[in-house]
Amino acid sequence: MAQIELEHIDRIFKLGDSEVHALRDITLRIEAGEYVAVMGPSGSGKSTLLNLLGLLDRPNAGAYRLEGRDVTTLSADEQAAVRSARIGFVFQSFHLVPRLSAAENIGLPLVLAGVPAAERAPRVARALQDFGLEGRARHRPDELSGGQRQRVAIARATIMRPAMLLADEPTGNLDRATGHEVTALLEALNAAGTTLIVVTHDPAMGERARRRILMEDGAIRQELQAAAAAPEAPGSGSTAPPP
Amino acid sequence: MTPADTLRFATRAATAWPLRTALMMLAMSIGVAAVVVLTALGDGARRYVVNEFSALGASLLIVLPGRTETGGVNAGSFVSSTPRELTNADAAALLRLSLVQRVAPLAVGNAEIAVGGRLREATVVGTSADFLELRGLEIGQGSFLPREDFNRASAVAVIGDTLRSELFPGQGAVGRMIRVGDTRLRVIGVLAPSGRGLGMTTDELVLVPVATAQAMFDTSGLFRIFVEARGREALPGAQRQVEERLRARRDGELDFTVITQDAVLGTFDRILGALTLGVAGIAAISLAVAGILVMNVILVAVTQRTAEIGLLKALGARAGTIRAAFLAEAALLSVAGALAGFALGHVGAWGVRLAFPELPAWPPDWAVVAALATALGTGVLFGVLPARRAARLDPVQALSRR
Ligand SMILES: Nc1ncnc2c1ncn2[C@@H]1O[C@H](COP(=O)(O)OP(=O)(O)O)[C@@H](O)[C@H]1O
Ligand SMILES: [Mg+2]
Repeated sequence: MAQIELEHIDRIFKLGDSEVHALRDITLRIEAGEYVAVMGPSGSGKSTLLNLLGLLDRPNAGAYRLEGRDVTTLSADEQAAVRSARIGFVFQSFHLVPRLSAAENIGLPLVLAGVPAAERAPRVARALQDFGLEGRARHRPDELSGGQRQRVAIARATIMRPAMLLADEPTGNLDRATGHEVTALLEALNAAGTTLIVVTHDPAMGERARRRILMEDGAIRQELQAAAAAPEAPGSGSTAPPP
Repeated sequence: MTPADTLRFATRAATAWPLRTALMMLAMSIGVAAVVVLTALGDGARRYVVNEFSALGASLLIVLPGRTETGGVNAGSFVSSTPRELTNADAAALLRLSLVQRVAPLAVGNAEIAVGGRLREATVVGTSADFLELRGLEIGQGSFLPREDFNRASAVAVIGDTLRSELFPGQGAVGRMIRVGDTRLRVIGVLAPSGRGLGMTTDELVLVPVATAQAMFDTSGLFRIFVEARGREALPGAQRQVEERLRARRDGELDFTVITQDAVLGTFDRILGALTLGVAGIAAISLAVAGILVMNVILVAVTQRTAEIGLLKALGARAGTIRAAFLAEAALLSVAGALAGFALGHVGAWGVRLAFPELPAWPPDWAVVAALATALGTGVLFGVLPARRAARLDPVQALSRR
């Protein structure tokens, strides 16, 4: 059983009379611990696919099984619970809450999940340390650099120890060096066993993934499996720890 | 999200836009303050009047000429024409009743008072010796009207303290002569200052024997008769006795009205109570307006924070969590506004009491509770709609909003 199983997924947006086929007949399996890059021209349906994988959107047709469970039929609150426990999001535009400090932003998923404050503090402190943000705990997002902001966002996405990380162009708003830094961070998380699915425009970043999915006009045009990729990375699907 | 975290989250959100929050609180606080101050005024007036009337004594009966249907007071009680006059003989007859302790007949009119060169218009009250005790008055100098037959028109007068100081500045008044209308009277006493600033005051009255007043105003009838029963418990019996006696004296005809102090008080109490309620209602409208403002503020907040709501959903927030967060924000703004208004209202009421010391302008408890509850209620009620809108937002679209 693969961690993610998509079968014949269609997603159609209706705009007045016209229909936009954002996803056509997508069938896809992703094993736990995989590192997948989703590439393709703008408007090819990459974000739509990622939103669907993250249970932020529902398909018009097809089946989505996450860890063996059909998740398309879940209620909104059940989907929210799955998002809270299993899925971490990283966005191009960071999406930090501007009035909250870095520490508070990182702790937000814990707050939403109802984790008591006493338990939150050490976990947030640990995350700040892990992502090199110790000195920035009380800073608000507008007092942080782009790279720091994205690190806060990644810390927030991983604070619940999700099984998969979904990143939509995480380096899109960052300069080259900072982008590399963030990519390395995400790859380290993947190396520790978290499934990583990255939407990217950047061929250099795409090259690094062991598996590349090329999308065009809502369909998967090409799949590349870098068979000989990164021998130093231990985290292949079969050896990843169970969720 | 735990309730404490929901509250904290809402507080952070509310304080992140201080100007908007302050304006919102101001609107809510003005509404609550209006209720508090206006009901303080209304209830203060009610209490003032009730106190004023209570000064008349609790076991008082008032006999009016003419018939009004109900036992209470209505406009007719004060303006009814007189089918048959109440006379001094009627009053004297009442004095002989077993349950009656005091009787003061009343004949009232306006006359010109003259002392030397000084002239002044004043109200002249013709009554008897019992009036002093009946009204709880005190004599300042000299003595009150003599106890004598109601038909005896002695040429004496007792004057209020203000009249004394105006007519006899810097000199004694007792023993001096004054002219009231065409009648010359000797001042035998001066009332102690009544010390009240509003409403009925005795400081400007001229009190004369009832027959003297009747001769002055050329009438044989009475404006009314005050009767004091032997204690509060004797009041119903005394009322019956008074009615029977008067009826017997006028061939069984019931062309007079006996009302109790309680009925008068009850009526004033009801009228002024209703007035206070009405005023509170009008003030409460401003609370409804504030409620609509809460709704708008929260709607703006939802629009402003659409991306944040999308993010919260992506982070696993359930619809109920988001609803609770925005409702808490609405409730918080309302409560803060209501408390500020409560304080503001009390300051206002204090100002009223300072300006009118004789008015007990305290807001009644029910009004304060109602104002606070209405503020909170409208705040939450009008918060529901935007909160639900926030909870229903589509996360993908919300996230794409910047
Ligand atoms: N909410 C929406 N309503 C209508 N059309 C949409 C919506 N979201 C995406 N689309 C359309 O679906 C297609 C795929 O969009 P998207 O997944 O965002 O592309 P990408 O991320 O690859 O640039 C585009 O044509 C886009 O216009
Ligand atoms: Mg996109």
